[in-house]
Amino acid sequence: MSVGKPRVGVVTFPGSLDDRDALRAVALMGGEGVPLWHADRDLLAVDAVILPGGFSYGDYLRTGALARFAPIMDEVRAFADRGGPVVGICNGFQILCEAGMLAGALIRNRQLRFVCRFVDVRVETSLSPLTEGLVPGEVLRIPVKHGEGQFVARADDLERIEGDGLVTFRYCGPGGELGDEHNVNGSTGSIAGIRNPQGNVAGLMPHPEHAVDPDVGPTGGQPLLASLLAFALARV
Amino acid sequence: MKVDQPLHRALGLTDEELDRIRATLGRAPNRSELAMYAVMWSEHCSYKSSKVHLRALPTAGPQVLVGPGQDAGAVDIGDGLAAVFKMESHSHPSAVEPYQGAATGVGGIVRDIVAMGARPVALLDPLRFGPLPEERNRFLFAGVVAGIGGYGNCIGVPTVGGEIHFAEPHSANPTVNVMCVGIAPTDRLVTTAREMPGGSPLVLIGAATGRDGIGGVSVLASRTIEDDAADTRPSVQIGDPFAEKLLIEACLELVEGGLLEGLQDLGGAGLACAVSESAARAGMGAELDLDAVPLREAGLEAFEILTSESQERMLAVVDPSRLQEVHAVCAKWGLSSAVVGTLAAGGRLTVLLGGEVVADVPARSLADEGPVYERPMQPPGGLHEILEDDPTFAPVDSDPADAFLAVLSSPNVASKRWAFEQYDQLVQGATVAGPGADAAVIRIEGTMKAMALSCDGKGRFGHLDPYLGAAHAVAEAARNVAVMGATPLAVTNCLNFGNPERPEVMWQFAESIRGMGDACRTLGTLVTGGNVSFYNESGGSAIWPTPIVGMLGLIDDYRLLVRPGFPAAGLLVYLVGETFPELGGSEFAEVVLGTVSGHPPALDLALEASLHRMLVEGARADLLASAHDCSDGGLAVALAESALAGDTGFAVSLPGDEPWYVALFSESASRAVVSVAPEKAEAMEALAAAHHLPLSRLGETGGPRIVFDSLLELTVEEARSAHEDAIPKLLAG
Repeated sequence: MSVGKPRVGVVTFPGSLDDRDALRAVALMGGEGVPLWHADRDLLAVDAVILPGGFSYGDYLRTGALARFAPIMDEVRAFADRGGPVVGICNGFQILCEAGMLAGALIRNRQLRFVCRFVDVRVETSLSPLTEGLVPGEVLRIPVKHGEGQFVARADDLERIEGDGLVTFRYCGPGGELGDEHNVNGSTGSIAGIRNPQGNVAGLMPHPEHAVDPDVGPTGGQPLLASLLAFALARV
Repeated sequence: MKVDQPLHRALGLTDEELDRIRATLGRAPNRSELAMYAVMWSEHCSYKSSKVHLRALPTAGPQVLVGPGQDAGAVDIGDGLAAVFKMESHSHPSAVEPYQGAATGVGGIVRDIVAMGARPVALLDPLRFGPLPEERNRFLFAGVVAGIGGYGNCIGVPTVGGEIHFAEPHSANPTVNVMCVGIAPTDRLVTTAREMPGGSPLVLIGAATGRDGIGGVSVLASRTIEDDAADTRPSVQIGDPFAEKLLIEACLELVEGGLLEGLQDLGGAGLACAVSESAARAGMGAELDLDAVPLREAGLEAFEILTSESQERMLAVVDPSRLQEVHAVCAKWGLSSAVVGTLAAGGRLTVLLGGEVVADVPARSLADEGPVYERPMQPPGGLHEILEDDPTFAPVDSDPADAFLAVLSSPNVASKRWAFEQYDQLVQGATVAGPGADAAVIRIEGTMKAMALSCDGKGRFGHLDPYLGAAHAVAEAARNVAVMGATPLAVTNCLNFGNPERPEVMWQFAESIRGMGDACRTLGTLVTGGNVSFYNESGGSAIWPTPIVGMLGLIDDYRLLVRPGFPAAGLLVYLVGETFPELGGSEFAEVVLGTVSGHPPALDLALEASLHRMLVEGARADLLASAHDCSDGGLAVALAESALAGDTGFAVSLPGDEPWYVALFSESASRAVVSVAPEKAEAMEALAAAHHLPLSRLGETGGPRIVFDSLLELTVEEARSAHEDAIPKLLAG
């Protein structure tokens, strides 16, 4: 293991779509991307795990409902229990919720249509593998692309999520202001991402891996992936 | 479907075609054989009405690696890479069931690209519907867009463009085309046109075969859909994009591993088509064992297994020594793989079921020896009167500001964001420019190059003058990639027309091909293939002749690409090219004057080519701050769109001494709006002069307002509302 270059595993489930993009983004940000396969039971000694976007198992039944039973998820859960950083992006977020590693659930967008759009999100906490070193209130431009991204949670879960500062990102306007018109999918509390109480597992609907390369668009995802690499490195 | 008629006619074959089959076989065909000939000799598969005309298109040139006749065309883009691309229609199924019709259209074209061994990297969807005020048109539009997104978003291929238009003749028959582009190392292109050792196993990969889509090509795509459309609904296939994603990955892994001798998509005409084409291309025959085909339900008859259009299936011709590896790759991706036959020496295609021969025909007779017709042609009556009724000289009593907003908010011109936002435009991380720009720009991994892609058709122009309409479609598609700085390289097409058995439709088709051929020759863009969709009509009323051109251009360094939006204040705004009094077939004439008539604008193809060269040179020299094609809605819309895209206003005066409505809305060809930094003005003027192109300095960018002299003035935000809100408002009913 070379010092200074954290190994970030990206799990490919059948139907994962943004797996190559996550690997490319990790490499662009200075990490080493390591492809992981759903049917394996080996995390190949990675320092962090990304569950990427896509439609694992076609999202048949419910988004993420089948992927959580994949053999590699046992290893991912054990890795997280040891404090390892795990990040779920879009479908990965849905899988983490289905696996019970994050609270809440993601249901069909309020407008009942898929939405692909660059949105502004506001950083809510610096206590997560994606936001370490970021200042709450900071606004980042990152794309969303999902049909089922409306965050909902049971009342008691929601109270914990809000009360314990587990919200990592909220959809907002360019100046960080919250409002229904900025809430791209109708999420409860404009929630775009959350973390677990331990602070090592995080999920979000926006795609930071699609906002790192200035040649193809805005770069609001860079600080998130830089944070993940630093978080992983600190544990190496 | 009527049952009180002979079987061959019920299957769509004529009496003469039945005689021809008898002569080929030396006996009467049985039921299975008849079903195979019916689908393979259908208009959709055999191109029997279009073949004689398509030969006139320019298809051979140094950049073309694979021309028409394969699953998709391929052009050399340097660095040992090939761009593989093709367009297809799924209009007929979409008219019956919009979501699944559009979804399976995406699936089919993607498999065509995969069949060439290429990774699909972009999708574009040119669409035509009837006017949105009608509820059924809204239902079709919403369903088709949802189907494209529902399938495309799930397979990891970005949907990056495709234009959308609305016109009454497309009410009963929407036009749903889809183009896919892929990339492959040149030395790994899978083309099956070669002799292969006999005995190579044929492996059917992917979904099980069911009763869906039986005879889809002959029932839906090769006749007009009348009032009994509901009866044809079982002929629409149901898509499973998850299975498609696995199929893409498995097939590409097989190709990369060098395990295949050939690969073929199962689309229209199913197994009958894939096996007969695979065999015929190899100059061979095949033995096919239907008992080995994995079925979704027991009890399918031979003709059903042969012609089922169940989706998400591919047929691989495998090197016998690598068979176990092929099975292993498929198993890794959770896909079934079954040896369903072998290639055989000689030319016979022999089909077995339950140990008995159920069909025995020459493979070539199915794939290559279908009938070819030279159908009668005749210009439609009344065309002369429509052409002479030229709106250019009609009295105009509307207010310039009202006319401007009416054109900007016309559904043809208005923002299509409502649709594009339902498509994943970003997956694969290569989308440098997506929908909304003149062309989509996709960078090519491992290089600084990018492909620029545009789909264009000119409905009104084609209706008035099919020759000019098709030529304009090529010119506009090429201009759209050139304004972004890309050199137009090659085209694919989808030719959407009415019933070819009507001489008027056949005349429109022939004229369109002539126009397309002339334009492609002069602009140096060869045709690598495409698709013909006939029978787009109901009750004797056809769609407008709609040849859609899919253009592929190449940029050497995508960092030098030029975008349509005014990027800053203080730039000089120029019109390249000249505006003539040409309102025939224009958006203004339709929206403001309420007429689709007159002569479409003239087109000087040599001048058009000069414009493209100038634009590419201007981009390479980093002269252009922005560039945007002038087309639907004329100069007014081009300027407004540049302002909206860059969120920067402008103040201009109109060149020439034409009336305001001509200067604003004429759709004269070969024009572009560019903005240039003041210190580069001299270089810009020299560049235009070097290419013998007229250049007018119109004014400057800057401020929150759109200002045309003393003629009209509004804020960028007012224009944005008109442009953005038009389609959502119409959809709200």
